[in-house]
Amino acid sequence: MPKDTGIGASTKRREDVRFLTGVGNYTDDVNIYGQAYVHFLRSDVAHGRIKNIDTSAASGMPGVVRIFTGADFEGVGGIPCGWQITDRHGNPMQEPAHPVLAQGKVRHVGDPIAAIVAETLEEARDAAEAIELDIEELPAVVDMKAAVADGATKVHDDLENNLCYDWGFVEENREAVDKAIKEAAHVTTLELVNNRLVANPMEPRVAVGDYNRADDMSTLYTTSQNPHVIRLLMGAFVLGIPEHKLRVVAPDVGGGFGTKIFHYAEEAFCTFAARQLKRAVKWTSSRSEAFMSDAHGRDHVTKIELALDKDNNFTAIRTETYANMGAYLSTFAPSVPTWLHGTLMAGNYKTPLIYVNVKAVFTNTVPVDAYRGAGRPEATFQLERVVDKAARELGVDPVALRRQNFITEFPYSTPVAVEYDTGDYDATMDKLQEIADFAGFEARRKESEKRGKLRGLGINCYIEACGIAPSNLVGQLGARAGLYESATVRVNATGGITVMTGSHSHGQGHETSFPQVVAEMLGIDASMVEIVHGDTANTPMGMGTYGSRSIAVGGSAMVRATEKIINKAKKIASHLLEASEADIELKDGQFTVAGTDKSVAWGDVTLAAYVPHNYPLEDIEPGLEETAFYDPANFTYPSGAYACEVEVDPETGKVTVERFAAADDFGNIINPMIVSGQVHGGIAQGVGQALLENCAYDENGQLLSASYMDYAMPRADDVPFYQVDHSCQTPCTHNPLGVKGCGEAGAIGSPPAVINAVIDALHSGGHTHVEHINMPATPARVWAAMQK
Amino acid sequence: MYNFDLVRPTSIDEAVKALGEEDAQPLAGGQTLIPTLKQRLAMPTKLVSLTGIADIKGVCKTDDGQLAIGGGTTHGTVAKEAMADFPGLANLAANVGDPAVRNRGTIGGSLANNDPSACYPAAALGTGATIKTNKREIAADDYFQGMFATALEEAEIITEVRFPIPEKSNYQKFEQQASRFALVGVFVAKYADGVRVAVTGASNEGVFRWSEAESALSSNFSAEAIDSLSAPDGSNMISDLHGSGDYRAHIVKVMTKRAVAAAS
Ligand SMILES: Cc1cc2nc3c(=O)[nH]c(=O)nc-3n(C[C@H](O)[C@H](O)[C@H](O)COP(=O)(O)OP(=O)(O)OC[C@H]3O[C@@H](n4cnc5c(N)ncnc54)[C@H](O)[C@@H]3O)c2cc1C
Repeated sequence: MPKDTGIGASTKRREDVRFLTGVGNYTDDVNIYGQAYVHFLRSDVAHGRIKNIDTSAASGMPGVVRIFTGADFEGVGGIPCGWQITDRHGNPMQEPAHPVLAQGKVRHVGDPIAAIVAETLEEARDAAEAIELDIEELPAVVDMKAAVADGATKVHDDLENNLCYDWGFVEENREAVDKAIKEAAHVTTLELVNNRLVANPMEPRVAVGDYNRADDMSTLYTTSQNPHVIRLLMGAFVLGIPEHKLRVVAPDVGGGFGTKIFHYAEEAFCTFAARQLKRAVKWTSSRSEAFMSDAHGRDHVTKIELALDKDNNFTAIRTETYANMGAYLSTFAPSVPTWLHGTLMAGNYKTPLIYVNVKAVFTNTVPVDAYRGAGRPEATFQLERVVDKAARELGVDPVALRRQNFITEFPYSTPVAVEYDTGDYDATMDKLQEIADFAGFEARRKESEKRGKLRGLGINCYIEACGIAPSNLVGQLGARAGLYESATVRVNATGGITVMTGSHSHGQGHETSFPQVVAEMLGIDASMVEIVHGDTANTPMGMGTYGSRSIAVGGSAMVRATEKIINKAKKIASHLLEASEADIELKDGQFTVAGTDKSVAWGDVTLAAYVPHNYPLEDIEPGLEETAFYDPANFTYPSGAYACEVEVDPETGKVTVERFAAADDFGNIINPMIVSGQVHGGIAQGVGQALLENCAYDENGQLLSASYMDYAMPRADDVPFYQVDHSCQTPCTHNPLGVKGCGEAGAIGSPPAVINAVIDALHSGGHTHVEHINMPATPARVWAAMQK
Repeated sequence: MYNFDLVRPTSIDEAVKALGEEDAQPLAGGQTLIPTLKQRLAMPTKLVSLTGIADIKGVCKTDDGQLAIGGGTTHGTVAKEAMADFPGLANLAANVGDPAVRNRGTIGGSLANNDPSACYPAAALGTGATIKTNKREIAADDYFQGMFATALEEAEIITEVRFPIPEKSNYQKFEQQASRFALVGVFVAKYADGVRVAVTGASNEGVFRWSEAESALSSNFSAEAIDSLSAPDGSNMISDLHGSGDYRAHIVKVMTKRAVAAAS
């Protein structure tokens, strides 16, 4: 019976009942008596000097409570950056100030200049139109290479230039890599762009700041993936509110994809204004605002070189990447192109020498930060594209070239400072060949040709580092936070269990899968376990959900706390059964004295803990509640092999995805249905990046794709039914569940498969001069590439 | 949006009267106008809803063999009710936006707005339709006057559109990937006395007739007739994030061929 709901069961997602019947409680559903509304007046120029902001007429408009500008935030902290990078020369990165409201200059379209608080949102918007701005427009810095050229206009006047850092990894390998490339039998070079993306979760960001005069308590309701992180950053660095006077609640959150990790100015503003005004202040982003204020993703320009010896063994990789930071450093921005990207450059291959250079650049664009996969999709894309190109140049089978260079022995220490604990890359490739039906491809290609279409097959592998992350390691790498996770397991008197976790679910299904773990450990039904998350007032300090870390790190914390529960419950049971503790066994929710038929039920033990009439009070405390913090020993390394089949319409350049197969190794799996769903969503996002999504600025820093009219999100008919498989399982060796995490894999593994397939299709049609097409491979780009 | 008054007259006369006030504007399905208002890009003081006027809704065949469609008829209704007589038009309507858009948006609203990427302008110009208003009848060739510009005057309401029913017709829409409006849309209509070809989505001047294709097809109604033509001049075509003018010009040719091949 418990097996139906324990580890390995595809239990349906219990949270979906409330989401699908309209009774979820999202941040915009939070309405506080007497709340006012804020509208942000945002810059419509990319770069300008603020000469004057005249709010006098606007202040007198109907319903206006107060208008705030940058001047109101002098003496208040700026938005902090959570990660410091040390550059190639041992110097810290350049770190600009990031005021809550613009001070002195505006630095991107969407930069907030003034915040109008009024009785209604429409009154706030009316007043915003009456604010007189005198902004002297300055030349916009948009192109990254131009931004770091001598004499470029500076985004931040007080910094030396627009270069945030010039990072080399591993710097000591630099010369050896140069030498290996010079001496190589063959070098394949590829220049490519990893396109800028807008995350666009279905629910836009919302913040409601509240202040209670009675106890001097501030509360922020916000669309966050990590409420404790927001409380720490905003309380300690921006507003100076101690944590015991600040509560952050992230209720139901409608998708995050990374963009809701970060601490945003609007959150600090609403909390600050509520204290000033002694009333709640609410902000709900419009979709248009989201395009110009949510942190964007990716935006790398890269040159990669792959060196091979005469037997086609990889001997060295050298990369040079320009990574766009945008106008300010978002919370984890500096870590994405460095530690989350450089450390993955080995991929699935035993390349002995690797050197990664990254120049992070300030531009007059929206800040860029982690987006599903964060750094790892960028690493995977360039590596899997260059390997594909090498296979083509050398005339060898792309699968064979990969297999020949696979890492086969574990643990494996890469030349880029990480140690893969387990994996079996041949196994996932074998599985892929089966589920993707490589054998039938030629027949499908012929059938496409009959219809005048070019068919291509693209494959790739990926490895990712997730289960983020060992705190002492990331501390050495510049993180200004720990990356453990926490759980409190509260067993109630009648046996039901409430688990308070520091992880946060915003689509991942924790409320379903986490109880499966506890149920399995205790031998009870998962319906007896409830998950509480998202409120700093009732969950232990935790770091939240991103980096495919929740089950690997948060789940491990929950396992540790449950183990403590089992230990204590056995003590109680041994007392009740008058047997030695060592003889007590827990099975199917019953405590039994080994080798006898003497037993006591789970509910009797829990009741005894809270009604301790017959209880060993001299030895143990009453109650049954335990907390554990878990800090992982290493990252986890999910891996896999993906295949995409596309058809290209040679007359128009339009690409359609006909088949997509994914063979992943996620280690052990708690809920296979949820895992498949995560892969499905990730692939849709990857296909979106590869074919559709294009966040583009013009040379003046105006956002060209500022709405869904121009920014194409993947829709249901843009993707096929997928073949996904996660039966290849090499369990993680260092966490108690043997799990690796699956949240980002789809988005990491799919873009190179799509582009590899497009190139393959074009070559099959005789367009053999096409070496690469930048993402998104829109019809116009593909068609242009086909024309010589 | 800014505040406005809303009236919902039940006759054309009442509507015209209500539109006589300064800054009054018709509201049909609202699929274009409401988003504009939400972004505060328009500030009418009064909106005159046309949805209560029964006289401007519906599809019927006239005695002289034309298809008459009321200006307030939704795309969804056109998709259903024009199918038997004029499948080329019905299929065009069936591929506008999504079901919600089709159930609200109207042919009159689309033609009044004359978005350079909208579908209906291609059908109206490609058939030589007549746009009937409360004041007059306007030939399609005179009606479209460039991007978002039409022959309509203030307070003039499109009450009906009359389409000469072609022997064969087809509309090919090559979608812009984000909006799924026409990056290029081509409407081809074959009549006893000749062929008309109208192109939307492509030109900086809005919908236009591709006369070379018309004459080539009038003497030989086949996809091969297009093969020998060079694509129309791309230099005055829309060039944006989604494609250059030359790309659009190329797609015009491809879509024209496909429309001819698919015409029924
Ligand atoms: C998501 C989405 C997708 C879409 N996709 C497509 C597409 O693929 N192809 C396409 O062609 N269109 C598309 N549209 C536009 C759609 O067709 C609109 O419905 C149409 O452009 C406007 O019609 P409406 O009835 O909603 O007009 P409204 O929005 O109500 O009005 C539009 C304008 O026309 C005026 N007006 C309305 N009716 C009349 C009338 N009878 N006489 C005079 N003036 C009038 C109004 O004053 C206003 O200026 C899409 C729209 C959306 C929201």
